[in-house]
Amino acid sequence: MSAKEKKELPSQGRKAWETCVDGLPERPQKFMTVSSVPIKALYTPDDVPGLDYQRDLGYPGFYPYTRGVQPNMYRGRLWTMRQFAGFATAKESNERYKYLLSQGQTGLSVAFDMPTIMGYDSDHPRAFGEVGRVGVAIDSLEDMETLFSGIPLDKITTSMTINAPAAVLWCMYIATAEKQGIPSHKLGGTIQNDILKEYIAQKSWIFPPEPSMRLITDIFAFSGQHVPRWNTVSISGYHIREAGSTAVQELAFTLADGFAYVEAGINAGIDVDSFAPRLSFFFNAHIDFFEEIAKYRAARRIWARRMKEKYGAKDERSLLLRFHTQTAGCSLTAQQPENNIVRTAYEALAAVLGGTQSLHTNSMDEVLALPSEKAVLIALRTQQIIAEETGAIYTIDPLAGSYFVEALTDQMEAEAEKYFERIEQLGGVLPAIDQGFFQQEIADAAYRYQLEIEQKERIIVGVNDYVIEEPRQLDLLKIDPQIEEEQIKRLRVLRAKRDNAVCGSRLETLRRAAGTRENLIPYILECVRAYVTEGEVIQVLRDVFGEYKEKPIF
Amino acid sequence: MQQKIIEGIINGDRRMVARAISLIEDEASEKETILSAIFPYTGKAYCLGITGAPGAGKSSLVDQLLVLLRRQGLRVGVIAVDPTSPFTGGAILGDRIRMQEHALDKAVFIRSMGTRGNLGGLSRATKDVIQILDAFGKDVVIIETVGVGQSEVDIIKYADTTVVVLTPASGDSVQTIKAGIMEIADVFVVNKADLPGADRTVSEISMMLDLGGKKRAWRPPIVRTITLDGSGVGELHRALLDHREYLTSSGRLEKAREDRVRRDIVDLIEYKVKSTIWRQVSGSAEFELLVSRIMSRETDPYAAAVQILRSINLNGLSP
Amino acid sequence: MREEKKIRVLVAKPGLDGHDRGAKVVARALRDAGMEVVYTGLHQTAEQVVEAAIQEDVDIIGLSILSGAHLTIFPRVCQLLRENNAEDIIVMGGGTIPDEDIEELISKGFARALFTPGATSAEIVGWIRKVTAEN
Repeated sequence: MSAKEKKELPSQGRKAWETCVDGLPERPQKFMTVSSVPIKALYTPDDVPGLDYQRDLGYPGFYPYTRGVQPNMYRGRLWTMRQFAGFATAKESNERYKYLLSQGQTGLSVAFDMPTIMGYDSDHPRAFGEVGRVGVAIDSLEDMETLFSGIPLDKITTSMTINAPAAVLWCMYIATAEKQGIPSHKLGGTIQNDILKEYIAQKSWIFPPEPSMRLITDIFAFSGQHVPRWNTVSISGYHIREAGSTAVQELAFTLADGFAYVEAGINAGIDVDSFAPRLSFFFNAHIDFFEEIAKYRAARRIWARRMKEKYGAKDERSLLLRFHTQTAGCSLTAQQPENNIVRTAYEALAAVLGGTQSLHTNSMDEVLALPSEKAVLIALRTQQIIAEETGAIYTIDPLAGSYFVEALTDQMEAEAEKYFERIEQLGGVLPAIDQGFFQQEIADAAYRYQLEIEQKERIIVGVNDYVIEEPRQLDLLKIDPQIEEEQIKRLRVLRAKRDNAVCGSRLETLRRAAGTRENLIPYILECVRAYVTEGEVIQVLRDVFGEYKEKPIF
Repeated sequence: MQQKIIEGIINGDRRMVARAISLIEDEASEKETILSAIFPYTGKAYCLGITGAPGAGKSSLVDQLLVLLRRQGLRVGVIAVDPTSPFTGGAILGDRIRMQEHALDKAVFIRSMGTRGNLGGLSRATKDVIQILDAFGKDVVIIETVGVGQSEVDIIKYADTTVVVLTPASGDSVQTIKAGIMEIADVFVVNKADLPGADRTVSEISMMLDLGGKKRAWRPPIVRTITLDGSGVGELHRALLDHREYLTSSGRLEKAREDRVRRDIVDLIEYKVKSTIWRQVSGSAEFELLVSRIMSRETDPYAAAVQILRSINLNGLSP
Repeated sequence: MREEKKIRVLVAKPGLDGHDRGAKVVARALRDAGMEVVYTGLHQTAEQVVEAAIQEDVDIIGLSILSGAHLTIFPRVCQLLRENNAEDIIVMGGGTIPDEDIEELISKGFARALFTPGATSAEIVGWIRKVTAEN
């Protein structure tokens, strides 16, 4: 503690404590968060000297929403327990969805396979060995029709984890609904559609940033007019954190991305209040309990303040930072995997105490293997135990007013503001990506974290301490190669039976439009209606937009 | 092994080429024999240097130039130099990432090198590696310099045409860029020309060229490119062809290569004399004695140098 | 004046997924151990990896695989190395690979070593120094 701080200590009692504690030896450990932020032995009113309840915290459901986005939070409705899962084929997924719906679930979540995520059809050479591996393979409208066959799309909401080719898959969804006789304005759901975090961390990109941003603002505009209930971007910090960032970096980079989408929308001439209420967020819940809670609280406050003060949003809903959370895959260990249940429980509790709107809890074996049914059930039960047994959720934002949590929340906000300034100096998010700024910051943090583990400055139970001899049980998903063959066969049949002249001319029309400033969604919709495949649409856009290549950043 | 490598280079075996380059980089004893044996097969490749600030987009430009050169049917070698850490001696060589689409094209050979302590933007092996790629049958050899912002002027010693890549994004006005690098350009590229400030960058370069005063036989053209979508790369390619044509027709290419030979011989002599002398002198009793006598002011370094040189035997210069 | 022979390692990330955190941390650790690391980036095919390894004359190819495709990629890389008379390049890997698959890949000679989560950079560096010295 600095001399200045000591002088400001208000009471004699604290001074006595200071003197006392100075003489006591501490364990030779670094007291720091999982993000390497040093933590003091004690927090007192001196750590939150300027805290103004009304200005900085306010009431839940009221500006600046630090304490939560709903006035009654979980006393009204629990968070959504949304477990994400993927199945290899459209038909298999369809059966699973129907079962879930019959069990009272109203929201579906689609995981796609890597070729679909990267814009390749199943028969592309680069798709070899990856078809149906981490999710469902969707090549054309036909597959999308199979995926939702017998499921009325106006009665459910669907969340699709898709980014670079999001516009194409979204159009397929809209066209599937059309086939069911359901107009697009009745559709509800979410596409992840967050391309900025792909360049920064997740790396499933296709086009360069500028045309990618244009596709997103095209979606904003089209959605505003035709699919008003759709959540158009789920701005994701999850992957930034998994790539090795600190909590502050996750917070700052994710919000910076969010503001970049807002600015892109405004610059495209769209009213901020017509699209901002449809933006939502997706954060990580890492193992450092208080740091995570502070992160969520700071996120809400920063978003509300900036949206109101900088972007002039008038609609209250534009100010609300609603978010989904997933516990940290990167915090789990291959060693003694049962310990992961405990880790996930603490992480889930942090997400809930931080006011999340929905939550995915990882299975103990999820990062390493095909989750066993038992593990999946324990993960879900973890959420239910928090909700039903712990009593931690009966009062709203229970950690507010803790000197430590409020100081940490302020510190998070201040550090994030510093990052915003640096990004501004670099010319904004896109130039910062181009200069490798985010990528370098994350690579440095990831490397530092690894060194801390190797030098035992940071202990991971079962990894670098408390180690036992054990067999490694890993039951990786073995995908039947037949799934790929059959998907390719279906694709070939489709290519033979559809009207290829119409497909060709619609692709040409799309190509021409891509070279102008026109909204591309209607053109993509026309293509997919004619059973043009995802890969064909993406290839045309690739020809016009070019392809992104990664920056060598370490 | 040595013979196998030499034959491999001449017969177009890329594995032997790769091995030879490593031997040269590691300063292996086989180095001179190999270089000497392949010399008759060199002299055909045209050497293109690409230099500029970090993040200017050099690798992307090389990647796109490769497309055009291949379309002409030319065989191309690429030498991409990245900095070696002065602390650990290690390096991460990441320029390939941008060029991996050409990895499977058998007419393209890409080699990444660390500077290994050399200053000036290249590695010490660069000159010899150009020879290897030349003998290997490459029509064009492209050298991409480190790009760490230090004055990377070594490139003009080896490149027939030197391209200096600038961007408007760097925020540097042209005047602040190290003076040396501006003078080595045969062609300027203003990359990321869609960014604001591109016009200013172009006109600043143009003004600087005019300031030189004296009439130039070759005024470096300024080409705008956007590597994201490839625009301007065609013009760059034409500018390179123009410069080559200018060098050839004016006889300057021949002249420059002759100068290069002259310099190479002098460099080699210096290097050999130096290493031979050093081998005889370093650590010898006479040398150590002289050091202590100089320290006690019994003699001086100048007299000592002369005395040592008298006892040097330059017969049988070592390689 | 011969310098010490530099160890050159190619680090590649085959497959379509973008999980390069591990590959990058390892690349950086190898650099800090004084090696030259050629990084070919994401989304590499086995053909691209092998061709780059040959042109770069590396001692070691390190493949980072988290997609579960290790049983197809390692054999493919080894086959291509053989076809190009480059079997002397040592193949190692890292990622989430089950014990039984590790045994299979190593016993069949498709990889000399496989490092799983929890392996330290010191282990990897030490192993590379040892096998390159033997080569």
